[in-house]
Amino acid sequence: MKLTAQEIEIVEILEKDARMDLANVAKMVGLTLEETTAAVKKLEDQKIIVRYLSLVDWTKIEEHPGVRAMIDVKVTPKQGVGFDDIAERIYRFDKVQSVYLMSGAYDLSVIVEGRSMNEVANFVSQKLSTLDSVISTTTHFILKKYKHDGTVLEVGNQDKRIVVSP
Amino acid sequence: MIASRKSYVSKMVSELKPSGIRKFFDLAAGMEGVISLGVGEPDFVTPWHVREEAIRSLEQGFTAYTPNAGLLELRQEIAQYMYNEFDVTYDAEHEIIVTVGASSAIDIAMRTILDPGDEVIVVEPCFVSYVPTVELAGGTAVTVQALQENDFKILPEQLETVTTARTKAIMICSPNNPTGTMLSKAELEGIAQYAMKHDLLIISDEIYAELAYDEDYTSFAAIEGMRERTILINGFSKGFAMTGWRLGFVCAPHDIAEAMLKVFQYQLMCASTMAQYAAIEALRNGRPEVDMMVKSYRRRRNFIVESFNDMGLSCHNPGGAFYAFPSIKSTGLSSQEFAEKLLQQEKVAVVPGDVFGESGEGHIRCSYASSLENLQEAVTRIKRFVDSLK
Repeated sequence: MKLTAQEIEIVEILEKDARMDLANVAKMVGLTLEETTAAVKKLEDQKIIVRYLSLVDWTKIEEHPGVRAMIDVKVTPKQGVGFDDIAERIYRFDKVQSVYLMSGAYDLSVIVEGRSMNEVANFVSQKLSTLDSVISTTTHFILKKYKHDGTVLEVGNQDKRIVVSP
Repeated sequence: MIASRKSYVSKMVSELKPSGIRKFFDLAAGMEGVISLGVGEPDFVTPWHVREEAIRSLEQGFTAYTPNAGLLELRQEIAQYMYNEFDVTYDAEHEIIVTVGASSAIDIAMRTILDPGDEVIVVEPCFVSYVPTVELAGGTAVTVQALQENDFKILPEQLETVTTARTKAIMICSPNNPTGTMLSKAELEGIAQYAMKHDLLIISDEIYAELAYDEDYTSFAAIEGMRERTILINGFSKGFAMTGWRLGFVCAPHDIAEAMLKVFQYQLMCASTMAQYAAIEALRNGRPEVDMMVKSYRRRRNFIVESFNDMGLSCHNPGGAFYAFPSIKSTGLSSQEFAEKLLQQEKVAVVPGDVFGESGEGHIRCSYASSLENLQEAVTRIKRFVDSLK
């Protein structure tokens, strides 16, 4: 799909801040509010903007259970459907957050979320590695998130400039 | 008891006007919760790969002086950069000096060209240091006002009214601090014609050259016939987000550059060594970040200019730099009153336009080098303030 320069700008702006007031987005890209609203509608309809999400730092919430693991999965591709079939078999599980086809030493990168390490471990041993096409799995638990999708989670972003300067 | 003593401060310095910006700094610095649109520098931190090169230079022990004119390697990169980006050719060995910010470049330019009584035409509104720098160099600054009705662009016929037999140079800055106005190629040519006709030098402060949003930037030195009569000043502060590194450079024809180097070697010897290593990296690999910053400033400019016009503060569309310069005349307040009351009532710091020159009166300088969240909040507060005056 070919987008106009202004539509691309809208996507870039909303990708950084989905809650930005559309009236302000309109000013930034030089369109009217009506034009901007229509453009956003179009982007949503065409699933270019798929969903609006919040980046949440769950570690700040006390006693919040939850672990994430990135699992490297080696599989045997199937005639005719390649990796798509097995990818679908995997992403249908609710625990699976992301599935990517990768270049390199393994085939699928699977991100799994569970309430405990045990739960994830059970999922891997009972559900994932038992699938026919799966040859092997290597599970990496995420210990701490420093930066996620371009946002540094821990460091306060203080302005180090003096308040007024020439 | 302390014995009384005379003041040892020179007559010239005691008569020098303190910068009007200082007052607002003092007012705003003591307040909590201030959103500042008064900052004349990027809100981006220098990209990490550039900072890392400075660290590497320190690790390797590059802590000694460099040649007066700067590392040759850096000057060669600058020559290449000036050719690629602005289509001007300078000899890295004889026509480029790496300076301590653009400020020291302006200073050595003035001290190099001025004899007592020589006049420099300074186009206002402008950066606060131009006039004092001329005066400290023993020259006379003659100001001429770029006017709002011309979108703060100076016209050659206005120069006519202030040119005398003692006029040596015209000091000009485009894109401009504080108005954001950028002169087009045709407008530069008009001024160039004038300079050639009267045999004047142009001191062109091009520190905001990277930050041009609507049209390609034209350097004064790229105008036909002007390379030989232009002192071109640029640097890393604004475009590369490197203000605190204090690194600028000046390009000038061989004879002038050689004379300027004489002044610079007695003034500062050379620019900071680690900053020079960082700058080499910025020129070689910094383009993606510069482009990203320009894109971000452009969006913010569009937003803030529209917002000012929406709330009834008429604002021309600035073609470059990161300043909006809306008129506040409709409020009936002076620039100073507006800025002071806005700060007290809504805690938004802006700089009153009159500190940049007479024709800045009736305007405020708002830097949009600030996060979008801050800008949106600042606009809400300014609108509330303006509405409260009605």
